[in-house]
Amino acid sequence: MSKTTADLLPCGDPVQFLNEQGELTGPGAEAEARGYTMPSDEDLLAVWRQMVIGRRFDTQATALTKQGRLAVYPSSRGQDACQVAPMLALQADDWFFPTYRDSMALVSRGLDPVEVLTLLRGSWHCGYDPVATNTAPQCTPLATQAVHAAGAGHGLARRGSDGVALCFIGDGATSEGDFHEGLNFAAVFNAPTVYFVQNNKYAISVPLAKQTKAPSLAYKGIGYGIRSEQVDGNDAAAVLAVTRTALEHASSGSGPFLIEAHTYRLEAHTNADDATRYRESDEVTQWSTRDPIARLRAYLTGTGALTAEIEEQVTAEAEEYAARVRERMNAEPEVAPLSLFEHVYAQPTPQLREQADLVRAEMDEVRA
Amino acid sequence: MSTQTQSTGTVTMAQGLNRALRDALTEDEDVLVFGEDVGTLGGVFRITDGLTADFGEDRCFDTPLAEAGIAGFAVGLAMQGFRPVIEMQFDAFGYPAFEQVVSHIAKMRNRTRSMLTMPIVIRIPYAGGIGGVEHHCDSSEGYYAHTPGLHVVTPSTPADAYSLLREAIASPDPVVFMEPKALYWSRAELELPVTTEPFGRAAVRREGSDVTVVAYGPQVPNALKAAEVAADEEGWDVEVIDLRTLVPFDDETVAASVRKTGRCVVVSEAAGFGGVGGEIAARVSERCFHSLAAPVLRVSGLDIPYPPPILEHTHLPGVDRILDTIARLQWDDQPDVARLEVSR
Repeated sequence: MSKTTADLLPCGDPVQFLNEQGELTGPGAEAEARGYTMPSDEDLLAVWRQMVIGRRFDTQATALTKQGRLAVYPSSRGQDACQVAPMLALQADDWFFPTYRDSMALVSRGLDPVEVLTLLRGSWHCGYDPVATNTAPQCTPLATQAVHAAGAGHGLARRGSDGVALCFIGDGATSEGDFHEGLNFAAVFNAPTVYFVQNNKYAISVPLAKQTKAPSLAYKGIGYGIRSEQVDGNDAAAVLAVTRTALEHASSGSGPFLIEAHTYRLEAHTNADDATRYRESDEVTQWSTRDPIARLRAYLTGTGALTAEIEEQVTAEAEEYAARVRERMNAEPEVAPLSLFEHVYAQPTPQLREQADLVRAEMDEVRA
Repeated sequence: MSTQTQSTGTVTMAQGLNRALRDALTEDEDVLVFGEDVGTLGGVFRITDGLTADFGEDRCFDTPLAEAGIAGFAVGLAMQGFRPVIEMQFDAFGYPAFEQVVSHIAKMRNRTRSMLTMPIVIRIPYAGGIGGVEHHCDSSEGYYAHTPGLHVVTPSTPADAYSLLREAIASPDPVVFMEPKALYWSRAELELPVTTEPFGRAAVRREGSDVTVVAYGPQVPNALKAAEVAADEEGWDVEVIDLRTLVPFDDETVAASVRKTGRCVVVSEAAGFGGVGGEIAARVSERCFHSLAAPVLRVSGLDIPYPPPILEHTHLPGVDRILDTIARLQWDDQPDVARLEVSR
């Protein structure tokens, strides 16, 4: 099937179902023609619930940096719809490729929060089992995971699985060569891989205008023959709808899909960053009014799907979740210096065994 | 591998490598061979000759021309349980893949506490001596040997080419498989199944009692030739060790030899400064100090970017440079005065 430019290009404006007030505006004719359908209230309630829990997790993690329990934490507050909705669209046999900013997404996928925070706690690099969870380690080098996701998608297809590889990536990382090589490999091999760009407007301090002249990051798909879309990343309904279509597109053998989600990082790059050096507080205030959780809450309250009782229940659930994370993170992590030698090779080399003996002797000396 | 002994007669190293890929593809359906021009063409050095025709494009295939893409694609496939064998077409063309190799392929086992492993073989035709123009003749083994998590292997005979590549493909860990281009067409007997030593064991290619010459990959034949000349012309009995694997390194065989001979020359084709040869010299000094009658000397390429083909003979360590270096090993109990003067 040959693809025409029109088949590949994103909508002129980001796909939106709910406006900033949470009113149903509908996707518009252009988006409707592309098959994006409004999710059910039930699904949206699940997204809202997980966003409330996810954000509570996120603020808890930031608090843990202040108590010295985390070495660093890159918050995704404000990007909650992007963090949560795609996770609820994933199936168990799909693979997820997160970055360092996607801790909220990982817990939304059901991963253990303490295992998720292992990297940022500094007690190991990746705390969860990638094979058991179908989730790659959080990627700190930029865009390298884009190629992994192409290979993993191709691997899933080779195995005859319906699974899709979903790759998260930031706006800054779209400037890296590996982003382009990933898209190209995924396209050439017709891999079931979905690229989800969270355009949160800044790469640490550098604004998007300094990354690209493209009208939208979603336009970067067309050169590779990849169907692409842009979506209001603070409208959880639209994010869920577009991600579902993308996953179906990939899973059904139609090849990769690129999504640009327009969103905003309300916090600094990490707790160690000072965002006042590169952006105005007015801008942050303006984006605060586009809060994805408030927007979906307004909509679901309007339809009657979200009641005061449910809200109270979910708020309590989120508090309980954060309390458990806090409690577990307050325990000293178990670290075993000699384990440093156990995972370099399947069998330690003679040189590593010598160095392990050295460290063992040093430890004995300290104890004596 | 067939358990029946089967002589293939004399084969080139290129044919030995091709046979290893064939046997691995036959035995394990998860083995995939891919890279630039490895399909229809059979690779620019014909190492993958006929694999696509015999195993199908599904098992041996061409990729877009992007080395980071090739290496990263292999990471994703390894996540799905495949055993990718990828080719970097030339040493210096492997550099775009460096981040994928160093940050992901080498580290994945460690990052995930062995929950996710990377059984990937990165084949790299390397080193010079073939009259190649710039960017086609680098000795890049040092970059990989300096990266924990990678095995670095380099054969010097067709039999080792076969057996080390089979072992590399079967390895649970990533292997950077450095193929000395200049030896692709060297011939030797290949008898299957090959019973060479596994990773981490060096081979004593020639026994001797006066001096140990440690070499690997493209310089092994030169070391052997130098040993012959030294015996004929100077009466020095030279022991030649072929390292076969740089990582893991066989301290045991090397140290035992130097303790026996009391003298050591380390030969590598790469630029000397900061290289594998220096590491080996240091290891020998640390382990054999009291057995040494002379400092450990190195023979290496010059500390220059790889020269244009007409000048490559000036750069490459050859038999003469190895012999000259052996001659400097204080045979008359005289210090190597000329070399001790600090040049300004």
